[in-house]
Amino acid sequence: MKTTLLLILILSFTKNFTQSDSALFKRVPADTSKMKLNMDAVYNRPFLQAGKLPVSLGGYLEANSSYFITDGVTDGLSFQVPRMTLFVASSIKKRIKFLSEIEFEEGGKEISIEFASMDIELHPLLNLRGGIVMNPIGAFNQNHDGPKWEFVSRPLSATTILPATWSTAGFGLFGKYAHNNFVWAYEFYASNGFDDKIISNAQNRTHLAASKPNRDRFEESFNGVPLITAKTAFRHRKVGEIGLSWMGGIYNKFEDDGLVLDKRRRVDAFAIDFNSVIPRIKTYITGEWCWVLVDVPGTYSQQYGSQQQGGFLDIVQPLIKRKLFGWENSTVNVAARLEYTDYNVGTFKETNGTISDHIFAVVPGLSFRPSQQTVIRVNYRYHWQTDLLGNPAARTSGIQFGFSTYF
Amino acid sequence: MKMIKRKYIVCIVMACLSLLACKKTGPKAAAEEELLDGPVEGLSGQEKEQFLKGDRAFNNDIFTKENGLGPIFVANSCGSCHAGDGKGHPFTSLIRFGQYDSTGNQYLDFGGPQLQNRAIPGYNPEVLPLGARSSKLLPPANTGLGYLDAVSDADILAMADPYDADGDGISGVANWVHTPSYCDYRAQSIERNGKHIGRFGRKGAAYDLLQQTANAYNQDMGINSSFEPIDTYSHSEVDPEISNAAIHSVVFYLRTLKAPIQRQPAKVESGRQVFTSLGCETCHKAQLKTGDYKIAVLANKTFYPYTDLLLHDMGPGLDDGYTEGSATTAEWRTPALWGLGLSKNSQGGNYYLMHDGRATSIESAILMHGGEGEKSKLNYQSLSVTDKNNLIQFLESL
Repeated sequence: MKTTLLLILILSFTKNFTQSDSALFKRVPADTSKMKLNMDAVYNRPFLQAGKLPVSLGGYLEANSSYFITDGVTDGLSFQVPRMTLFVASSIKKRIKFLSEIEFEEGGKEISIEFASMDIELHPLLNLRGGIVMNPIGAFNQNHDGPKWEFVSRPLSATTILPATWSTAGFGLFGKYAHNNFVWAYEFYASNGFDDKIISNAQNRTHLAASKPNRDRFEESFNGVPLITAKTAFRHRKVGEIGLSWMGGIYNKFEDDGLVLDKRRRVDAFAIDFNSVIPRIKTYITGEWCWVLVDVPGTYSQQYGSQQQGGFLDIVQPLIKRKLFGWENSTVNVAARLEYTDYNVGTFKETNGTISDHIFAVVPGLSFRPSQQTVIRVNYRYHWQTDLLGNPAARTSGIQFGFSTYF
Repeated sequence: MKMIKRKYIVCIVMACLSLLACKKTGPKAAAEEELLDGPVEGLSGQEKEQFLKGDRAFNNDIFTKENGLGPIFVANSCGSCHAGDGKGHPFTSLIRFGQYDSTGNQYLDFGGPQLQNRAIPGYNPEVLPLGARSSKLLPPANTGLGYLDAVSDADILAMADPYDADGDGISGVANWVHTPSYCDYRAQSIERNGKHIGRFGRKGAAYDLLQQTANAYNQDMGINSSFEPIDTYSHSEVDPEISNAAIHSVVFYLRTLKAPIQRQPAKVESGRQVFTSLGCETCHKAQLKTGDYKIAVLANKTFYPYTDLLLHDMGPGLDDGYTEGSATTAEWRTPALWGLGLSKNSQGGNYYLMHDGRATSIESAILMHGGEGEKSKLNYQSLSVTDKNNLIQFLESL
């Protein structure tokens, strides 16, 4: 499997190299005629198409270096290639599309199909999607491509409270209604869900992302109960977009071979996301806040919280937009991210004192975009991490430098 | 002009970012005397590697049902109960029950001696059997344990005064315990009627750190080893869920954790004098010395733990109704006072002192002393406010 994927990757690279000298490949321009929402992220990517072949290729690469110090201790400078992602899309027939996203993480240590679905468009308000779907919880999960962000690291709340990038096998519906400056959209999916790793994992806390390594979810449900994900979003052309989403289901194996093992235990995640551009000064603001509720057995440790919350706010201000170093319409942005994640909302039964286990982070940064598809970025990160008991926070600071580019 | 300004801004911001990230301006390490963790000085490179192995096993290894947790347990990692290697929090307390005199534990068939009050999904945790007398215990700090391990039995017995021969109202006896077969007796270990001197645990029931560690894996986390193979849930022998090498690494880590360093001793001299004048030092011995020891840097050293490693009757107020070894229900091994002032940094910003954490300040801990500590407590109560403050400052400096 790995060999096959690597072969596809090498072949796709070879073709990409040739396209610069040949007319064989042409770039498929992103469709900017319609108002795009977060849910359109999988369509809103640059693709390359070979002649009249119905298959388009694309992808992106991220490479970083980082230097962090925690309370005076550092592991020094390190370099990472956190992911390289390959997109393959095809219009099978009019109003029938195939889209996929294959991710090679950490230099190929992990290879996963993040997204592979077939979309059947029946009506703008009624489209069917099936396959491996990216659950639309919050905005980041669907809109996670590295080149779209001014920050090297993904937001903690989106990756460690919500499990971005999280996808499962399932089916669903989506649709959109637009009128003048206004568009409303919805998505609804039933898919395989989480497993009990979310409260039994090496993170020592409730951690939805602990279910991600379980690839069995692409072929069978852990407990036979579907995970439901629903999202609705509103966008006004001049104001911005706001999305409300929910994802919920049973995470434990409550029954096996007809025998009842435990009660049904739910996990529910709620999120609100928004993005907007302030007119005239072109300040881009995006954010997401989420809540996760988990029915943790009363017999289990309070270390595993039954409620988590967190979010991030990104502010990106273009400083310069002109020809720079020979690149037309280059942009220099200054950016800032504020992050907060609380992994265990609640109080200790023993003392009635607050349970901590939270992180607060501030991330200022600069980015240079020679084109909208490529970002070179430098971030400074400072975060405070407080343990469960609320002992003095571990303070970490560091600088991250890297790039991310579609190809 | 506007563009030039922007360039300057960009350059300045970038320079600031680079500066902020460099090691000199990044978050500083706390001063050595402000931390409880870290190795003793003088370990060889090989010993440091073993220390790090133990550190990771102790603090990073999280047990789940897949790697052996439970099915019933108290905590799922060593670090859960010993944040920063300091004293525990009421959340991490444990309960022992069923042994109220020298006849042994009456509730072994009901889950004794320790209550595993948590369970993995699908299992029921233990509940305290009706009528069982129990004791709530907070995890003690781990620091300096190697020094305490290296004190010779003869030195411990030299501090004992079981019949109060000197008439000071303080006796002090060793806890004679049966040791498991895997214990490796220290040189010149003294034996009486098949028993040896215990020195770890709130009542000094564990002979050494191997026993303490293997027992903690078994009783606290439900992790069976070749040392403690009996599963707490099934009460039957099961295959080891942790290697001997991992256990030995943790033991080495505990032996080589540094001793707490007193902060600004010159400024608390008057408090130290009050401490001595009250008679506290009769039990909380300031200075001990180690004997020959398998880890060279710990051998034949003088150190300042403020304990005599002996049992003392602390009166009815601290009678927990539970015995271990030859300790009676009101007897407690003198806790080391070193690191006392840093306790809050591992207890979520509050003091939870005494064996069960019921004292939320140093003063309230002093006032809970009874029995052999009664006289010192009364002496404390008659102190002036200044002397009381000086004493507390001294204790906080330890």
